Amino acid sequence: MIKTDILIIGAGPTGLFTVFEAGLLKLKCHLIDALPQPGGQCSELYPKKPIYDIPGFPEILAGDLTSNLLEQGKQFQPGFTLGERAETIDKQDDGSFVVTTNKGTQHHAPIIAIAGGLGSFEPRKPKLENIENYEDKGVAYFIKDPEVYRDKKVVIAGGGDSALDWSIFLADVASEVTLVHRRNEFRGALDSVEQVQELKLLNKINLITPAEIIALHGEHKIEGVSVTKDGETQVIETDAFIPLFGLSPKLGPIGDWGLEIEKNAIKVDTLDYQTNIPGIYAIGDVNTYEGKLKLILCGFHEATLMCQSAYKRLNPGKKFVLKYTTVSGINGFDGTRKESPKAVVKAIV
Amino acid sequence: MQDVIIHITDREGEKHTVLAPTDMAMNLMEVVRSYELAPEGTIGVCGGMAMCASCQCYVNSEHELNTMEDEEDAMLAEAFNVKSNSRLSCQIPITEILHELEIELAP
Repeated sequence: MIKTDILIIGAGPTGLFTVFEAGLLKLKCHLIDALPQPGGQCSELYPKKPIYDIPGFPEILAGDLTSNLLEQGKQFQPGFTLGERAETIDKQDDGSFVVTTNKGTQHHAPIIAIAGGLGSFEPRKPKLENIENYEDKGVAYFIKDPEVYRDKKVVIAGGGDSALDWSIFLADVASEVTLVHRRNEFRGALDSVEQVQELKLLNKINLITPAEIIALHGEHKIEGVSVTKDGETQVIETDAFIPLFGLSPKLGPIGDWGLEIEKNAIKVDTLDYQTNIPGIYAIGDVNTYEGKLKLILCGFHEATLMCQSAYKRLNPGKKFVLKYTTVSGINGFDGTRKESPKAVVKAIV
Repeated sequence: MQDVIIHITDREGEKHTVLAPTDMAMNLMEVVRSYELAPEGTIGVCGGMAMCASCQCYVNSEHELNTMEDEEDAMLAEAFNVKSNSRLSCQIPITEILHELEIELAP
């Protein structure tokens, strides 16, 4: 079991900055995120887009902000459980919590900081009749292990980078790859589009555009899909159907943790951003209170106040005053120390 | 003109007539959010970058809207429940030409 002082759910900017603020108070953090990389929306949705309202940065790319936050907190040696979604929470007799992910990884911490943004990113599922019945029976929204598709017939739907990239990759693995997209144009990197074009000419990808999957067939598992193009429908035999229509955030299992929810967000006390369950905090876009603004800079503020409260909760009665990093420097958990250079005092004679 | 009148049918089918300011650089998605006509977290998820389609709407009046740009067009190509009158409301700036616009929020 992974043990830490503060378990942060969500590795977006607010979660990452929590690592730094907690570190100043000698509290160790571990982060869980459903995405395979830290950064949350900033790295998943718009890494190359500029942000203009981070104090002190007239302009910074979302991806660079993520890198900077990771760099800022790295001496506090945060742990990461990535690509897993926080699923359940169990309160222990001593008031601490055990959080288990969908893959069964267990984390134990006295403090939980939910910094989940708009929720964990989950695949957008096409509205096709009975699609749920075929999940794990040929229908998959992620490709975890491409070898599963070796020498199989695969139909991929979608028009973005992942649909293009996986079609290219599986062209050499699967026995037959069909890519179906509603338009002739694809929203992906130019060289990926060109590669798909080449593979189509080599008959390694069966490209059907503009077309749409309208039905799924198969008795116990997927055996075929109906594709409609120019008003005509054909059934394509397949062993797998992989719709890749991007990800959308959902509050998910956290919504069932007994937390007070309002407007799809977790209600907190603005004193310290604690939820209705003592020891569980909610910071950043995931929380709500009167006057709430969903801004990264507000998430940073909330993280800072939350850490002070967590310290007091973990160290009742222990004296502490706010320190300024310029004065005190930073002592990393890795033994490093950052400090401002001492002023040179010389007499003028 | 400072405000325009917009008729919005929410996802439950309820009709609302709202006033939208033309001088605050708002877009249609933000107007919907400001009047809380769709639950928070179900609209404008990406913040208005034409990257999630959570603000898709159907334009039911004959207004000549701003032309769709590539990003919006591409996102709609991947969205669900798309019709010929679909637009991403985050890509429609509130200007005087929207007066008496009628839209319906997509599911």
